[in-house]
Amino acid sequence: MWKYILKRILIAIPVLIGITIIDYVLMSLAGSPLSMIQGAHVSKAALEVKSAALGLNQPVYIQYLSWLGQIVKGNLGYSIKSHEAVTALIATHLGPTLLLMGVSLLVSILIALPAGIYSATHQYQKGDYTLVGLSFLGNSVPSFFLALLLIYIFTIKLNLLPSNGMTTLGANDGPLDIIRHMVMGVIVLAFSMAGTNIRYIRSAVLEILQQDYLRTACAKGIGRFKVINKHALRNAMIPVITVFGMEIPSLFGGAIIVEQVFSWPGLGLMTMNAIISRDYPVIMGVSLVAAVVVLLGNLLTDILYAAVDPTIQYR
Amino acid sequence: MFLLVIIIAAAVLAPLIAPHNPDEIAGPFSGAPSLKFLLGTDQIGRDVLSRLLYATRVSLLVGVMATVISTAIGVVLGLISGYFGGWVDMAIMRFTDMVMSFPYILLVLVAAAIFKPGLWNIIWILGFVDWPGIARLVRGNTLSLRETNFVKSSIVAGMPRRHILFSEILPNTIAPILVYATSVLALSMLDEAALSFLGMGVQPPDASLGNMLNGAQSLTILTTKPWLWIPPGVLIILLVIAVNFIGDALRDAMDPTATNVAHAVASVEEGI
Repeated sequence: MWKYILKRILIAIPVLIGITIIDYVLMSLAGSPLSMIQGAHVSKAALEVKSAALGLNQPVYIQYLSWLGQIVKGNLGYSIKSHEAVTALIATHLGPTLLLMGVSLLVSILIALPAGIYSATHQYQKGDYTLVGLSFLGNSVPSFFLALLLIYIFTIKLNLLPSNGMTTLGANDGPLDIIRHMVMGVIVLAFSMAGTNIRYIRSAVLEILQQDYLRTACAKGIGRFKVINKHALRNAMIPVITVFGMEIPSLFGGAIIVEQVFSWPGLGLMTMNAIISRDYPVIMGVSLVAAVVVLLGNLLTDILYAAVDPTIQYR
Repeated sequence: MFLLVIIIAAAVLAPLIAPHNPDEIAGPFSGAPSLKFLLGTDQIGRDVLSRLLYATRVSLLVGVMATVISTAIGVVLGLISGYFGGWVDMAIMRFTDMVMSFPYILLVLVAAAIFKPGLWNIIWILGFVDWPGIARLVRGNTLSLRETNFVKSSIVAGMPRRHILFSEILPNTIAPILVYATSVLALSMLDEAALSFLGMGVQPPDASLGNMLNGAQSLTILTTKPWLWIPPGVLIILLVIAVNFIGDALRDAMDPTATNVAHAVASVEEGI
């Protein structure tokens, strides 16, 4: 088991390096970040001094290697704009994003699992059609539009929930205040995710329900509840876990949009600002962290397989 | 399906049926819906309905072109990877993993920031990030088709590789590709909308469904001028739902046992 995890981590390293190379090449195509601070009052000589200080006058691959060298030492560089250390920037913004992502994932599982099972056991009945219809809707509604609708309803019309930030300025109400700020973001993220998941869970359970061993279990007369929850569910879990694993990158992406709309002070908001001001060290840092989160998610999925399916052996 | 036909027809015929020039300042600023301007006018007095028609055009164009590009890339890489195997397969699949394990929107945003946002750049960017799913699907199918007798016999008969790949393997895997392509189409239309909404997509004065919603980030528009942001939002939803339904219908038509979603996932996952 531990050997397997170690092996997976070792495989992930070249993938990570590959991602950083792609990023770096993309960014070197973009041109100098100094073009943003160019202006009538900045002399050419001053720009050259600056670019030498940032190492921008060297060829791309040397810049990349020196960046990589710093990474190994745990240094992600400094923001060109605010001169803060990128590691510190990320550390302060990662928490809110992970909180938002984690809660949304949990909520979507809590919605999708019962809904998917219900839908599969009541195939072609009214409830099934309603749920499948809803899941289509969840799949098709752009997250930002749903976010705008929620703001319109809950903030403007009903004046129930705050629409931006993570805490109320000045007030220090503890976790309840954060929850109130988080509700709408979580709804948006969970709604679209649950939409996809209901359909996957439904079809996974449907497939299992056709198996012979389920008929046997029914014939034993142990009751419908036990049949579904003990025999069917556990076997249906494997494709479902796969889907959850695959959704982590899109969850991360969705968080960027949601954070933008609700001004949630997470990585997404920070990344958008960095992208707009072409703050390359920050963008590189975020890309790296995002890739690490995603690969960790993939690893976790693989480990979860073993917990669910005892026939899977780790080599 | 019917809905999609209407929307597409309206979008294609936009120059004929649009009551006003979409980029022309035709009426009062932020006018409410009226008989002359059915959906009102925007902040600088352009007719919302006309802009909506042209925006749908742009969104469909982006969606279709991005899907064509990504499907082409995915099919070629998947065929090569599945057919030749060995280190070629290894390299392509690791590359696919990289693109896949990267938060998609982040990649698109970074790329959009770098290559000056604009219609064609968005199409290329979306096309270049959407292919991994198709590549895996095609690779999985190619792997199993390569073991079938008719392909083996062609190999033994010394048929040219191009013939085997494109005339024997590809036609046999075209159905799942089509189904997958519809979901890519829906996804890329959503992504275009999201990008334009964030100001990184299609740039004004050109209208796209996303950048028409961009204005709704300001509270005054959100509260007092719902005709500016509800119609484009609803239109995106309708378009994407219609495309998704077609994908689902295609899937059902291909495999009436309705167990295929799991199969599709399994074959996509084979590459891991």
